[in-house]
Parts: sequence; C-alpha cells; structure tokens
Amino acid sequence: MATTVLDPTHAHAAKRSAVVEWLTTVDHKKIGILYGASAFIFFLIGGLEALIIRTQLMKPDNTLVSPEMYNQLFTMHGTTMIFLAVMPLSAMFFNFFVPLLIGARDVAFPRLNAMSFWVFLLGGLFLNASFLMGAAPNGGWFGYAPLSSRQFAGGLNMDFWVIGLQILGIASLAAGVNFFTTILNMRAPGMTLMRMPMFVWMTLITQILVLLSFPVITVALIMLMADRTFGSSFFSWAGGGDPMLWQHLFWVFGHPEVYILILPAFGIISEILPVFSRKPLFGYSAMVFSGAFIAFLGFGVWSHHMFSTGMGPLADSFFSLMTMLIAIPTGVKIFNWIGTIWGGSVQLKTPMWFALGFIAMFIIGGLSGVMHSVAPADLQQTDSYFVVAHFHYVLFGGSIFALTAGGYYWWPKMFGRMLDEKLGMTHFWLMLVGFNLTFFPMHFAGLLGMPRRIYTYPAGLGFELYNMMATAGAFLLGISFLVFIVNVIKTWRGPANAPADPWGGATLEWAIPSPPQEFNFPKLITVHEKDALWQMKREAGVSRLPEPDLVSGKGIHMPGPSWWPLVVAFGILIFFIGFMMKDPWAFPFRPVNILGFAITTFGIFKWAYEAPDAHAPQH
Amino acid sequence: MPTPHNTEAAATMTTAVIDHHDAPEHEEHHSSMPIDNRKLAIWTFIGSECLFFASLISTFLVYRGQSLKGPGPKDIFSVPLVTFGTAVLLFSSFFVVMALNGAQEGNRKKLITWLSLTVLAGCFFIGMQVYEFSHFYHEGMGYTTNLFSASFYTLTGFHGTHVAIGTLWLATVLKDAIKGNVPKEKALNLELAALYWHFVDVVWIIIFPVVYLMSLGS
Ligand code: HEM
Ligand SMILES: [Cu+2]
Repeated sequence: MATTVLDPTHAHAAKRSAVVEWLTTVDHKKIGILYGASAFIFFLIGGLEALIIRTQLMKPDNTLVSPEMYNQLFTMHGTTMIFLAVMPLSAMFFNFFVPLLIGARDVAFPRLNAMSFWVFLLGGLFLNASFLMGAAPNGGWFGYAPLSSRQFAGGLNMDFWVIGLQILGIASLAAGVNFFTTILNMRAPGMTLMRMPMFVWMTLITQILVLLSFPVITVALIMLMADRTFGSSFFSWAGGGDPMLWQHLFWVFGHPEVYILILPAFGIISEILPVFSRKPLFGYSAMVFSGAFIAFLGFGVWSHHMFSTGMGPLADSFFSLMTMLIAIPTGVKIFNWIGTIWGGSVQLKTPMWFALGFIAMFIIGGLSGVMHSVAPADLQQTDSYFVVAHFHYVLFGGSIFALTAGGYYWWPKMFGRMLDEKLGMTHFWLMLVGFNLTFFPMHFAGLLGMPRRIYTYPAGLGFELYNMMATAGAFLLGISFLVFIVNVIKTWRGPANAPADPWGGATLEWAIPSPPQEFNFPKLITVHEKDALWQMKREAGVSRLPEPDLVSGKGIHMPGPSWWPLVVAFGILIFFIGFMMKDPWAFPFRPVNILGFAITTFGIFKWAYEAPDAHAPQH
Repeated sequence: MPTPHNTEAAATMTTAVIDHHDAPEHEEHHSSMPIDNRKLAIWTFIGSECLFFASLISTFLVYRGQSLKGPGPKDIFSVPLVTFGTAVLLFSSFFVVMALNGAQEGNRKKLITWLSLTVLAGCFFIGMQVYEFSHFYHEGMGYTTNLFSASFYTLTGFHGTHVAIGTLWLATVLKDAIKGNVPKEKALNLELAALYWHFVDVVWIIIFPVVYLMSLGS
C-alpha cells in the first residue's frame, strides 16, 4: 500500500509564514475556503442589517433608525446578501468542489482564480467601508436611475454602490471564464458531458449566465458612473436621457442574476438527494435540459420586473407568458427531486434535512412567483411586502437552505471533521421555524397593502401582528446561525475524525482523503459512468472505500504561489476608487485612476512573465 | 493508518483510484476537448465581450437623435478620415494572419515583419482616434455636451481602449520575437492575441456603419 510521505510542496510551504501562504495561494481548495470564510462573514453582516431593519419594523411608529439610515440598511442588506453572500458562497463550492467532482488537479487558470477572489474581497470591503464614512449606498439594490443619479443622490453613497458593483463584476467575469474553461476542458478521461455530476452541470450553466449577463450591467454601471463622475446625462431627463434604459439594462442582467443565485443551489440539492436516498438522481437528462432551458428563458423575461412602468399591453402579455413558461422546467426539477427520494432508502442526516427543507420552501417561493407573472396581479403586489415574502422564499428558502445543506454535506471533505449531528438538527429546526415565522406573515402584510422600503407605518392598518411575528422569526433565524457557529467551534476543537467517504458518496471527491492533498488525485481517474464512485464500488463489491492513505506527490507539477493576483486586485481597486473623485481632479488628469491603472498593468505583466510553477519544488 | 478490511476486488480498485507509488515522470496535460485551455478561455471571453459591445451599441442607437442640443453627427464627422482608419484596421487583420503563419512555420523574419506591420496599424488607428477626439473637442463637442457625444465617446472610446490593449499585447509578442522567444511551439501566444485582434476588428466593422454611416443618412 501507499507510503506515507509528507508531500514536498507542503514541506516547502511550511517554511513560509501561514499569512503569506494564504495571501499567495493558488490552490483552488484554499481559495474555496477563503471565499467561504469571507462570504460567511458578509452573510452575518447582511443578517445584522436585516435584524436592525426588523427591529425598526417591530412596532408602529418606531424611531430606532432614521429614514435615511433605513434606506442605507435595506440597500446594503440586499446588495450584501446577493453579491457578497450568496454568489461567493456558491463560488466557495465551485472552487473547492468542481475540480474534485470532475477529477481534475486544479482549475484551468489557478492564478486568475486567486485574482477573482481578491478582487471580490476588496470590492466587498470597499462597499462596507461606506458605513465608516457614514455614506452607505441608499438607492436600493437595483439602483434605479434617476434616484441613483447625481441630482438625487449627491453624496458618496451611490458612488460606493456603483463602483463596488463594478469591481465585483470583474471578479465574477474572471471566474466565469475560468470555470467555463475548467469544466469543458479539464474533466477526467471518460467523463463525457452527460456523465458530469449535476452540480457541475449547474455550475456550467451558471457561468454561461454570468458571462452573458454581467457585461450588460457593466455597461449600465459605466454609464451611471459617467453620469455621476463627469456629469453626462445617460439617465437624466435634464439632458434627454431616459431612466427606462437603466431599467432595461439592469433587468437584462438582474433576472438572469436570480438564476445565478439559484442554479448552484439546484446543483447542490441534486448531489445530496441521491446520496441520502441511496438511489441515482431521477431523470438525469431531464434535469440537465430543464436547467439549460431555465437559463435560456431567463434571458427573455427581464421586463416582468417592469410591469408597472407602463410598457403597454403587448409587452406585458409577452413577458407575462414567457415568465409563466419558466414554471415548467422548474416543475420538472421539483418532480425529479421527489422522484429521487421516492422509494429510496432515505437516511435523514443533517444535509438531507436541509435539502428537504429547501424543496418545501422553494415550492412556496415558486408558487408566489407564478402569481407575479400575471401582470394585473403583479400591479397589485409590486413594491409590497408580498414581493419581499416571495423573493425571500426563493433566496433564503432556496439558496441559503441549499447552501447550508451543501455546507453540512461537504464540511467533512473540506476540513476533515464531522459536524455534530445534534447541533445540526437544532440549527435546522430553528432555521425552518424562524424562516417561516419571518416571511410567511409578510405575504399577508403585503396583501393588506404594506409597501416595501418604508421605515415605519402607523398603527391601526392591521400590520402590527404580522410585523411582530416577522421580527420574532428574524431573531430565531439569527440564533439558528449562532448554533451553527457553536457547532463549528466545537467540532474544530475535536479530533480530525472524518473518513474519506462519510456518506457513501457517488462522486469522485469521496475517493480521496479528507481533506484532500494539494494535488487532489495521485493519478487521474478514468470514468466510465455517471455516479462514477458508486459504479467503482459496485464493481468492487464494497459499500465503502478502504480509507486512502496520504501519498507522496512526487513528480506532480502544481502551480507555485504568486503575489501578482493580489497586486492586480489592488490595482483594480485603486483605479476604480479614482472615480469617486469629482471636480478638483478634472479629466484627463486623474492621478488616482492613473496610479491604479499603472499598478494593474504592471501586475499583469509580471504575472504574464512569471513561470507558472516558478516556486515548485525541485524533483 | 486504518487497514483496509476488504476483498481483493476492493484492493484492485483502490490501486486504480487512490494508490500510486510513482507518479508519471511527466504527466501529459489532459484536455477533454480538442482545444487548448487558453484558446477556449479567449473564445469564452470574446463571447462575453460581444454582449458588452452589444449593450454599448444599443445605447448609442436608443439615443440616436435624442440629444437636446448640437452638435450632431452631421456637424462633426469626417467620414473619409475614418474610412481610411477602418481600412488600415481591416488590413491589420490580414497582417496578423501572415505573422501567425510565420510563427507556425518557425520563420522568425516573416513573423517579425508582419507583426511589426500589425502593431504599426494598431498605433495608426489609435492615433487617428486621438486626432479625431481632440478635433471634436475643439469643435465644441465634449464628453458631456449631449447624449450623442456621451454615447459616441463611450462606444468608440471603449473600442479604442480594446485596440490599445490588443496593440500592447501584440507588441509584447513582438518584443519576445525580436529577443528570439517565439519558437514554433509557442505560436499559440500569438494566436491568442490574434484572435482577440480579429474580434476587435469585427466589432469595428459593425460600429463603423452603425455610428458613422447611418448617422449621416438620417
Ligand atoms: C435573517 C434573514 C433575513 C431577514 C430578516 C430579511 C429581511 C428583509 C426585509 C425586512 C427586507 C425589506 C426591507 C424593506 O423593503 O424595507 C429585505 C429586503 C431584501 N432582502 Fe432580506 N432578509 C433576510 C435575508 C436575506 C437573504 C438571505 C437575501 C438574499 C440572498 C436577502 C435579500 C434581500 C433583498 C435583495 C432585499 C431587497 C433590498 C432592496 O429593496 O433594495 N435577504 N430583507
Ligand atoms: Cu425576474
């Protein structure tokens, strides 16, 4: 059997300080952990903002926060949850698991991958730095012009938003190119497209959405930035510009964006259900095609966010119909998940509970979504708490439940430790109850006419009870995540006890030690079927793998660490910060922009001429 | 280390999946599709960029004739100059094909000659645009003068930036070539830059009629 030799790359790395190692790492697994840790902290910040919002709305005529503060809170809450929590939490799974699931050593471009992370982190910190300057964004997460234009948002608030999003977009696009290439090109021998694990499929489709939708918001943001910095009038009536253009460009991006948030969740659920039902995914190809179809339709329905703008009956009918169509592939998915559980020998471990919770919550969110697709009904519901209830059922009940399920499922592989089942169950039930208590009553408050984005409401309109319930629920939700944190700390103190394959998994990541070695697979695996590991186990007549040993990585080339991704990320940040500076630094003499541009260019050149494995150990 | 308690078959399987005493001395990079990673990435990036320019061009079209005050395209455009710049850019796509040809044949002289021409063409185009912009500026059309000027400068400015990046990229390959660093096997370096260059050209072929010719007609 294998000899246990410390891998030389690790021995080499041990000499550098841990901080430097994390700053310069290009290992997709470490980058995945960095994504996960940062995104979780941002998630807590966004949650804290939500709790303040809910405390303010707890009772009528409350004065905890000012209206101005309230605007900043919900804007930052929405922006944070979408761009700094859900997307990067998905990115954590892309990074850590896509290469493992396809049997690859790494992603296609490891240093680009590191750059994506640093750009994301700096962008997120930049956005939140706005609080320190007392000027957090206050124009809503969709930054509607002209509310976000200079004449109505004069301070730095919306500059932070425009520039922050612009920076985050670069991270997403770079990651999109990287994962698209990785999935198409780096699959293990024999892993055809129709043998890929469902999570990989959903990741691939998500990247296509990113690649096609982010350029559109980039252009919209460039124009808004130009309006704000230089005083052009793309979105201001005063100069002939049209705010409707902003809405179109934003939602051409914004609607696909909601699928960017939910498709990875679908993928995670599709990995978990088969393993805990001991049955292959029901209707694999239907799952693939429905995912692709959802993505395709996702581009044709953006204007259902604009029914109330007076586009006219023809446009409204068209977008209404297209939107309803999306219910079909989504329904296909739900039935396939249920079909997977049906007749399986279901094992109710924590990840499975969260997955089941996801299905239930997502169905509710999906149903209220279909209600919005009917334009006349939407005209009543739009901008009311009914909408707030709907999209939280999808985003929290969908994305966050699924991401949490994935967290429990893959934790042992990432950290070599099993999370505590009892605490996991506590987390689940608190979250389920808290979630429904928070958001279900919002449907009623909305139907009674409570508008969204109001900082308070008078007594006597029938909103009191629902708001009280929602606030109580929100605190339960907060507590549920405290339980998760306790779980992490507790198990962290315990022994590294996770076997390679704790759940009896179907996919390749369970074939290697927990946590995996830097090179993932000592030898590339040849795949003959989908559920490759199940097939191998079946042929060998065992239900669990023998515990794999650590092996020497001798002879395996892994890319060396690099500082340049970090340098480039800083350059990009500085370049964009330059656009916050208005009149005194008139065009074209903009020293901050020029400095940032210079750093970026310098970094890219150093990067391009740095040998990819310059620091790899000699062998 | 836990000892496997398994059957012979399982042991065989473990050997296949996990175990290895000696990794191959030089493992071939495995690629699932008959295309290089970097080339696939460039194609992907180009696909994404199409949406970028599509959005900019749409904006320009939406705001056509919407400016509240002049100057408009008719007052300002000098079509012959731009036509000449367009032609130069078009030819540069041919130059870069010849250069790539040279690189693939391992013909360094051919490579350097044609690549220099491409870089020159790129510089010429940028020069033309700089001239055009400063001329417009002195005629009284600043970036914020009206909707036409803002959407025109944004669209063509971003295209120009792309040309500049492409030129810089080709110039670095040229520098390597002069130092003798572009052996046959590395022709891919040039191929990637060339793909990008073709894309930038094609975008201009759309911008030129849409921005310059259509605006004059109406
Ligand atoms: C503790 C859990 C959460 C609570 C209590 C909560 C509560 C709220 C409330 C009350 C609003 C409405 C504010 C207003 O319109 O005045 C809101 C808005 C919003 N929430 Fe949440 N939320 C939570 C989690 C999430 C998550 C996980 C996401 C996304 C993944 C999310 C995304 C949004 C978005 C996009 C908005 C709209 C912001 C805007 O109007 O610009 N929320 N949230
Ligand atoms: Cu939508």
